[in-house]
Amino acid sequence: MMRRYQPFGFVLFVFWCAALLITPMWADNYVVRIAITMAMFSAMALSWNFIGGFVGYPSFSTAAFFGIGCYIGALAQRADAPMVASWLIATIVVAAFAAALGAIILRLKGHYFAIGSIAIVELTRLITSSWSSVTGGGNGLNVPLLGGSPDEVSAFVLYVMTVVMIAAFIVTFLVDRSRLGFGFRCIHQNEDAADMVGIDTTRYKVLAFTLSALFCGTVGAVYASWVGYIDPTDTFSILLTVKVPVMVLLGGAGTLFGPVVGAVGFVFLEEVFWANFLEWNRAILGFIIVFLIFFLPNGLLRIDYKRLLRKRTGTVTGAAKS
Amino acid sequence: MDLVQIFLNGLVLGTLYACIAVGFSLVWGVLNIINMLHGSLIILGGYLTFFAWHYLGINPILSLPFVAVILFSLGFVLQYLFINKVVTEPVLTTLTLTFGLDMILYNIMTVYFTATPRRVTLDLGTVSLLEIVMPVDRLLGMVLALVLTAMLYIVMRGSRIGRAIVAVRMDNQAAALMGIRVNQIYAITFGIGALMAGAAGTIFAMVFPVTTNLTGAFLGKAFVICVIGGLGSVPGALVGGIALGIIESFSGFLLGPQHAITVGFVLMLLLLLVKPTGLVGKRGYE
Repeated sequence: MMRRYQPFGFVLFVFWCAALLITPMWADNYVVRIAITMAMFSAMALSWNFIGGFVGYPSFSTAAFFGIGCYIGALAQRADAPMVASWLIATIVVAAFAAALGAIILRLKGHYFAIGSIAIVELTRLITSSWSSVTGGGNGLNVPLLGGSPDEVSAFVLYVMTVVMIAAFIVTFLVDRSRLGFGFRCIHQNEDAADMVGIDTTRYKVLAFTLSALFCGTVGAVYASWVGYIDPTDTFSILLTVKVPVMVLLGGAGTLFGPVVGAVGFVFLEEVFWANFLEWNRAILGFIIVFLIFFLPNGLLRIDYKRLLRKRTGTVTGAAKS
Repeated sequence: MDLVQIFLNGLVLGTLYACIAVGFSLVWGVLNIINMLHGSLIILGGYLTFFAWHYLGINPILSLPFVAVILFSLGFVLQYLFINKVVTEPVLTTLTLTFGLDMILYNIMTVYFTATPRRVTLDLGTVSLLEIVMPVDRLLGMVLALVLTAMLYIVMRGSRIGRAIVAVRMDNQAAALMGIRVNQIYAITFGIGALMAGAAGTIFAMVFPVTTNLTGAFLGKAFVICVIGGLGSVPGALVGGIALGIIESFSGFLLGPQHAITVGFVLMLLLLLVKPTGLVGKRGYE
């Protein structure tokens, strides 16, 4: 069912990437910023999809990975590492952190795993804000500014974020088609049975968890270079850690294109509500979440549009007969 | 003497913590829902108490029953209209839904009540015994917290509703076959959870300033206490709350107050891995 949509989906995705990349040529800085945010959240949503969508573990650690990525990237740059190198260092550190953490907390299931993964965000935030000698504590950290005019900086960040998004997408595609993805889905359906038929569930889960962290680390480091200043409450936010899974749910968990569709849709809605209802934007996001849970439980891409159409035509012909 | 003082501070704080966590624990245990609304409900209770005291001059102890009724109704309606529809879904769905509801409630509170820290100042003075000093309002808070927790325990053990809740927790299908209306019990349970949150808020407003910025902190406390004490039982929440209070008090003294919360979270993660059922947790209920 899903496979039939894919050629069309790939064409759309290529067009979408092209559309993102050409925004600096025609639009002002505001639009470019939105494009950056969309690419950034697409990359994080694609990452979360590995553990949350494929393996089906309710991970709420995204903000921890993002935040550690921010701080490692910033610290590496402050220690005079070249920018790209510091992004790579952040990616590797976050991946190593996730692998080590995953080996420990992936033994938990369901509610306990959810609570444990949220606790990781709180814990990393608390450690970051109290370890002031390294992280600057609550005062935050300044990151060396990118050279160039604001427009040039935005365009550059947009290209980098889009590349990260494309990388995350390609990895998702490869995993989707490989043994690994098959193993992930098996664990989702029945972990004990997957274990029984010879899938090394622990290793698969740790891999999925690491994949879900990897790009968040890169995105975090790039974000730190982009904004030039980071602090613990901003980077390790519970809101971020819930927002990313909500985006994936909006698009369709466990699908190839769902995370991108969800992230773009969510950022778009958020931007509209930010602009028009500054005071109420949080409540409106809450309403979106409630609406999503009740009316789109499987996401936009899992709606059977053909059946919806058929139903409609069915009633029309029925009406015509009578 | 110092150590005794620290211990007592921890004990008083711990009973308040127990009051925070007991409703959260009940909802988690019976409904299998991680209630992200809990922190906001506590603050709502605290704000209602403050406004009743500030504008109408009602003593917090008198306003407590009203806060309890309001919060119970709110919780009942939320569960009946919204959460019951997805109560059997996986944790990702239910947690996200309660988080969405929390965002709405939080936003309403910040817009209408603003995030100014507010506190009911009763000026009851302090009592001291052999160099140990304790403000009377804190002692009063502790007594109220213990009374409320004990009342919940008695209701769960002795009343028909309480037994029905326990039955639903043990096996909701069997409970339904015995003629218990499971959906109603779910709503009542969530209502009681909200009621306990509101009552905890009332007590907190008497002792510390409350502000909407604290919702996350209170929710975090509830997580930690539930994991330390074990899920879904009143004694578990009490033990977990008092343990956390004393641990925070001592680690604040030894490592500095900024590390007290970190120690709680580290402990929680360790316990999750070693003994997820908590210190006094067991499968049944009461």
